[in-house]
Amino acid sequence: MKIVLQHLTKRFPNRNKKIKEDVIAVNDFDLEIPDGKLIGLLGPSGCGKSTVLNLICGLEKPTEGRIFFGETEVTDLPPEKRGVGLVFQNYALYPHLSVYDNIKFPLENLRGSEKLTKEEMDARIREVVSLVQIDGLLERKPNELSGGQQQRVAIARALVKMPQVLLLDEPLSNLDARLRIQTREELKRIQVETGITTIFVTHDQEEAMSISDTIVVMKDGVLQQQGEPQEIYDEPVNLFVASFLGTPKINVFTGEIKNGQVCIDHMPVLEANGQADREVLVAVRPEGFVLDENGPLSCGFVSREVMGRDTSIVATHGDFQGERIRAIIPSEQEVSPENGMVRFSLKPHKVRIFDAKTQTRIKL
Amino acid sequence: MKKDLTAWLCLLPAILFLGIFMIYPLVDVLVYSFEEGYNFASRSFWGTGLYNYAYVLHDPFFIQALKNTFIIVIITVPLSTGIALLISLGLSSVKALRDFFQTVFFLPYVTNTLAVGLVFMILFKKTAYSDGLISLLLQIFGGPSVDFIDGPYWAKMFAMCVYTIWIVMPFKILILTSALAGVNPMYYKAAQVDATPKWRIFYKITLPMISPMIFYLVITGFIGAFKAYSDEVALFGTDLNAAGMNTIVGYVYDMLYGNSGGYPSYASAAALILFAIVFTITVINLMVSRKTVFYQ
Ligand SMILES: Nc1ncnc2c1ncn2[C@@H]1O[C@H](COP(=O)(O)OP(=O)(O)OP(=O)(O)O)[C@@H](O)[C@H]1O
Ligand SMILES: [Mg+2]
Repeated sequence: MKIVLQHLTKRFPNRNKKIKEDVIAVNDFDLEIPDGKLIGLLGPSGCGKSTVLNLICGLEKPTEGRIFFGETEVTDLPPEKRGVGLVFQNYALYPHLSVYDNIKFPLENLRGSEKLTKEEMDARIREVVSLVQIDGLLERKPNELSGGQQQRVAIARALVKMPQVLLLDEPLSNLDARLRIQTREELKRIQVETGITTIFVTHDQEEAMSISDTIVVMKDGVLQQQGEPQEIYDEPVNLFVASFLGTPKINVFTGEIKNGQVCIDHMPVLEANGQADREVLVAVRPEGFVLDENGPLSCGFVSREVMGRDTSIVATHGDFQGERIRAIIPSEQEVSPENGMVRFSLKPHKVRIFDAKTQTRIKL
Repeated sequence: MKKDLTAWLCLLPAILFLGIFMIYPLVDVLVYSFEEGYNFASRSFWGTGLYNYAYVLHDPFFIQALKNTFIIVIITVPLSTGIALLISLGLSSVKALRDFFQTVFFLPYVTNTLAVGLVFMILFKKTAYSDGLISLLLQIFGGPSVDFIDGPYWAKMFAMCVYTIWIVMPFKILILTSALAGVNPMYYKAAQVDATPKWRIFYKITLPMISPMIFYLVITGFIGAFKAYSDEVALFGTDLNAAGMNTIVGYVYDMLYGNSGGYPSYASAAALILFAIVFTITVINLMVSRKTVFYQ
């Protein structure tokens, strides 16, 4: 089912009485989520991701704005009438019920024409249980399960009532790195198999990139950018989005546009035909550096690090914003610093230019 | 070995203390209860046997005390726990003035029992000047004039139960409100998203989550009610046998120090019968709880 959010705003009264201003958790949020897609809602901690989910499922009422499921407006419907499945950040499995009873719980709430017989319930439960692959665990209590198993039970409980919308609030944050990758792939599989419109909240950009059809990046309650993972990585609309996506982080230098050229430390690094002269920020992806004896960018060499298949050069530069530059180079390449300096040239398609003041993208 | 020694040394004060003030008296009571014809003055007895128990069990005062105690236990424990639960649920669902109400409900706990007893006398007792507030209320609705303090047995028992419930309520409310506050709200949210009706949320989530505390209240409630004595004195004075409102502990006290006192053997036998009853009830409680109480 399609989900439409129109000018959604949520303000919380500030508990600190001295500060009169409200906390604006979600600010004029506009979003359309097509039917059957998996959306990754990405942003730093405290940016309002959980609040967006709570607004969609009805646990919070918006201060302003409207919410539609398909063509129906649900803004004023209580959560029990919206029929969404929600997986909480820490699962919220009922600790005193077995896995089977946990999954059965939503089914027993169905009333009227939707009411199920015991056999129908059992059939439905068996179905989701095999979907999330927890067949052997039905008799156990939640505290006898690993984090990954609990997470799958939570998903099963959300799926069993066949919701048309599935909301997942950082469901993988409690898992270790291996299990995280494994479970996120399973999640993707389940989503594709069921075709349920799904919103997946995370602050891990890699997680969002790997499974989402569309990524929505937000910061301080404001939607920054929406698009396919690769598109957001390649064409960030502002410096925040550029810095938030990609590991190691994008490298940002202060620079300027002068006479149609982008310069760092007065050395031209890139063509910028037809651009007016001004102060800019030059952001370079780690893979955008090329070792080049005659390159324009002269950096202080710190070290060479081999991390798995990547080799990175750690370096410094006077106009660099932050501690250390990280450049990823092909591992077979030799590094030969001269007087403690290395020189780079830049790959134009891995460099993004932002206005120094507004931090918005300047397209070259 | 050395570690063991240190551990025992650390435990020594507690063991000594328990030994002197708990174990020794317990054993002593046990011994007393089997000594027949014990004489306080000469500290001698005829022989040993079960005579003391037989005597106590045939004493009409003891039978009356036993009956009273059981009635008080059976009526007040479930009622006080149930009402306390209702009030706590109410308290935890009002946001405004919650602290105020919590204080109000806790006041009886810090009030002296005898002061509360006095207030109850005013409410229930018939005097030369007044019929008592409750009796007056009854009469407004066309009821008879009843003296709850010196009147018929059921009236006295009614006043007694109301008083007992009133006295134990604040503590139970305190425990249950904090137990309710301790339930993680995310379970309620999860249930709400899954369209769970209110009564089912209570029955399936709230109740199991606070079941250890309810169980604690029931078990301490049983034990406390079986040991009731001071509450009866507060309402009916010290001559409980005459009032027909004696309890087992009251009977034990009377056998030791009352007008008919000076019979430590009978007192010991009665005390051990009480011990056996409380022990049995507690074991049954524990067995039931193993099936119904959920521990996180
Ligand atoms: N009930 C509330 N009352 C007041 N402020 C709140 C409330 N809930 C959230 N906030 C505030 O709204 C903002 C957004 O919170 P939210 O929980 O949506 O963040 P989040 O993006 O989910 O963060 P995280 O990644 O840490 O879970 C925060 O500044 C938070 O302090
Ligand atoms: Mg959150």
